[in-house]
Amino acid sequence: MKAKIIVTPKKAVLDPQGKTVQTALEHMGYRGVKAVHVGKYLEIELEGDDKEAARKSLNEAAHKFLSNPVIEDYKLEIID
Amino acid sequence: MNFAVLQFPASNCDQDAVHAVRLFGHSARLLWHKENSVGDADAVIVPGGFSYGDYLRCGAIARFSPVMQAVKQFADNGGLVLGVCNGFQVLTEAGLLPGALIRNRDLQFHCEHIFLKTVTNNSPFTSQIPSGKILRVPIAHGEGCYFADEEMLAKLKANNQILWQYSDASGNLTDSANPNGALQNIAGICNEKRNVAGLMPHPERACEPLLGSDDGKWIFESIFAALEKKMVAKAA
Repeated sequence: MKAKIIVTPKKAVLDPQGKTVQTALEHMGYRGVKAVHVGKYLEIELEGDDKEAARKSLNEAAHKFLSNPVIEDYKLEIID
Repeated sequence: MNFAVLQFPASNCDQDAVHAVRLFGHSARLLWHKENSVGDADAVIVPGGFSYGDYLRCGAIARFSPVMQAVKQFADNGGLVLGVCNGFQVLTEAGLLPGALIRNRDLQFHCEHIFLKTVTNNSPFTSQIPSGKILRVPIAHGEGCYFADEEMLAKLKANNQILWQYSDASGNLTDSANPNGALQNIAGICNEKRNVAGLMPHPERACEPLLGSDDGKWIFESIFAALEKKMVAKAA
């Protein structure tokens, strides 16, 4: 079992990295980029096969530690 | 007075903080991150650096260290805690101070002297700063852009918790005087109880004229005065 967690900056938070990447894409000639948000991707390998229990504990960990709710949102996905 | 200066793996302003406190004739000792108590400390300094390599987020791992649980308890009991730079980041991650510090708006690491306007003398960290005095102190950070949501910011203002703002030499809060894009030029704040404060600039690196400025001493003098007052009150 594996968990995938994607952490992204909240929309209201300044994201200078995203802005810089967006500008670079434009300079390179990639058209139509509306916005870029740079975040983090965490892949967590898990023991056992209780998806619900894993979801519960990782939601807690993501809220408490893996993301900072003041500035970030996260998405959690558990796969086989 | 006894100061405890925390030491995490990759703290790098810990010795500077100890040196600054001793310069004024007070005692300071380093406190390793695995310790469970702040002992007989009258005040705690969470120093600058890159605790735990700044992995995940600045301060995110340090806040779960055993010593931070002790600092939390110390703060809950009214103890004075000052976080400088990475220490400020640790205190926000720990929930001891509101808001968060994010990447500088220009993505650059800024290492320079800046000017600070003191917003209020009503705190143990600012009481002795002469009225109207603009402090010249260094900064050295890549993630010092203060952020709080609207509700949090309104609360900070209502409670007079903003202690320092980046300004020009005359005290004007201009955008060009803001080195990192911090919301409303915020450089340092305190908690609602006013016993925990954090700031991105380094007062401990500005306590001797030899270092280019001794304006940082006013912040230390304020802490000493607050501790003396506390001792007198305790003895009475």
